[in-house]
Amino acid sequence: MTTVVPERAALALGDDALVLSHRLGEWAGHAPVLEEEVALANIALDLLGQARTLLSLVGDEDDLAFLREERAFRNVQLVEQPNGDFAHTIARQLYFSAYQELLYGQLAASDTVFAPLAAKAVKEVAYHRDHAEHWTLRLGDGTDESRRRMRHALDALWRYTGELFEPVEGLPVDGPALREGWLGRITGVLERAGLALPEGPQHTPWAAGGGRQGIHTEPFGRMLAEMQHLHRSHPGASW
Amino acid sequence: MTATAPETEAPDTAGLEAVFEAAVAADERIEPRDWMPDAYRATLVRQMAQHAHSEIIGMQPEANWITRAPSLRRKAILMAKVQDEAGHGLYLYSAAETLGTGREELLDKLHAGRQRYSSIFNYPTLTWADVGAIGWLVDGAAITNQVPLCRCSYGPYARAMVRICKEESFHQRQGYELLLTLSRGTPAQHAMAQDAVDRWWWPSLMMFGPPDDASAHSAQSMAWKIKRHSNDELRQRFVDICVPQAESLGLTLPDPDLRWNEERGHYDFGPIDWDEFHEVLRGNGPCNDQRLAQRRRAHEEGAWVREAAAAYAAKHGEATA
Ligand SMILES: [Fe+2]
Ligand SMILES: [Fe+2]
Repeated sequence: MTTVVPERAALALGDDALVLSHRLGEWAGHAPVLEEEVALANIALDLLGQARTLLSLVGDEDDLAFLREERAFRNVQLVEQPNGDFAHTIARQLYFSAYQELLYGQLAASDTVFAPLAAKAVKEVAYHRDHAEHWTLRLGDGTDESRRRMRHALDALWRYTGELFEPVEGLPVDGPALREGWLGRITGVLERAGLALPEGPQHTPWAAGGGRQGIHTEPFGRMLAEMQHLHRSHPGASW
Repeated sequence: MTATAPETEAPDTAGLEAVFEAAVAADERIEPRDWMPDAYRATLVRQMAQHAHSEIIGMQPEANWITRAPSLRRKAILMAKVQDEAGHGLYLYSAAETLGTGREELLDKLHAGRQRYSSIFNYPTLTWADVGAIGWLVDGAAITNQVPLCRCSYGPYARAMVRICKEESFHQRQGYELLLTLSRGTPAQHAMAQDAVDRWWWPSLMMFGPPDDASAHSAQSMAWKIKRHSNDELRQRFVDICVPQAESLGLTLPDPDLRWNEERGHYDFGPIDWDEFHEVLRGNGPCNDQRLAQRRRAHEEGAWVREAAAAYAAKHGEATA
């Protein structure tokens, strides 16, 4: 067990969880059915718990969440994408939870400081993936409208998926195996849902890099402005 | 729905009524399949529906602060609280369903403005401290109202209330603790807490409903043991609990007439502005339109999702059964 915490890796994992949790929290009071108010909040709470553990490995969780500027966040762009309609949220959940489950599976078996967290979180994430798959099937194989919306959402978010498999400093992950496992999972679910795997690139062509390098998409700045405003309005206060 | 009155409607209603009255008198629980007077059933459905609607509309003012919660710990507590309220809504719609009225029908009535929810949620949450004030005062008033409902004569409602009250008392303590932190924090935080309590105090007292001499449904509900204490009794109980708590919080309550009455053994308090209460009830509160519009919008925008789930179940239902 290494004792030095790789900061880049902790921030990458922690920010993914923090940002996705925030986006899911935006659903509160807006979900299509009461059961989903409960389910989406459950997932958001799991992710927030993971984020707090991970960020606390490398600093004060609140300083990191509320006082960093946008360029210092290391989450992938996928998790910061706006909720859109329910199909968009489900597509984002599907892509991310399948990745996170495989990633945490690898980390749980690793000799890193992340192993204990990953071992615990992988069970939570299995539920998140199950929830996303459940809805992917229902939306893909439901009505014409739900199929159209789900296909559109899967296509729209596809170009944010390539970033999931880029190496992160301090994270001893087998990238190609992760990518292969992920693609297998997604292909399998979409097939069962009667949906085609999106075509097209999994990256944008812009060379500046992605979320892991602190390059984010425009909606992210607004998200942070909302999230950080109150905390920053009272410097040094405790809550 | 099947859980209506017994299939064989007996000619001897008087006999059934006597059995019902005796069960209520003996503090036994009435269960869904037991015979019950139509008016008892209607009263319960109305009350459980209103209660369920209050839980889900009540998510809105607090969800308003989830994305702005000033620490990750507070954010987790608030998300869990709003989630609890959704759960309460689920329990209560299920309890109402035992009397033959489904959730869809009740939601339609809410969206059409034909059923009410607690008026307290027509007030806005303007600052972070409002989250604390709602926990302390609104959940606090809800507990005062609802603890007696754990002994309500209708079994499913009473059992739902036992679960709900446990969670509400968590919410109340969390709200108190939030306010305490603010009250002992910076001068700006203290002022924020005081301002929130100033705005939420009187609407909280209105949560117990009109005074006893003006309360339309109270007497019959008391006789049926749906209700156990009068509105004014519960309101007094709440005031008596809150005054010392406000002192411990280091906050004041916005009522110059508030003082201990040795003779009565209770706190006296000033007159409630019942005009405001009736105006808000009539739909003219600060957020009535906004709350109902958001609820309708969520429901309408979610229609295609519910239709998809239903279509999928119809296609695959037999296969998995
Ligand atoms: Fe509740
Ligand atoms: Fe509550």
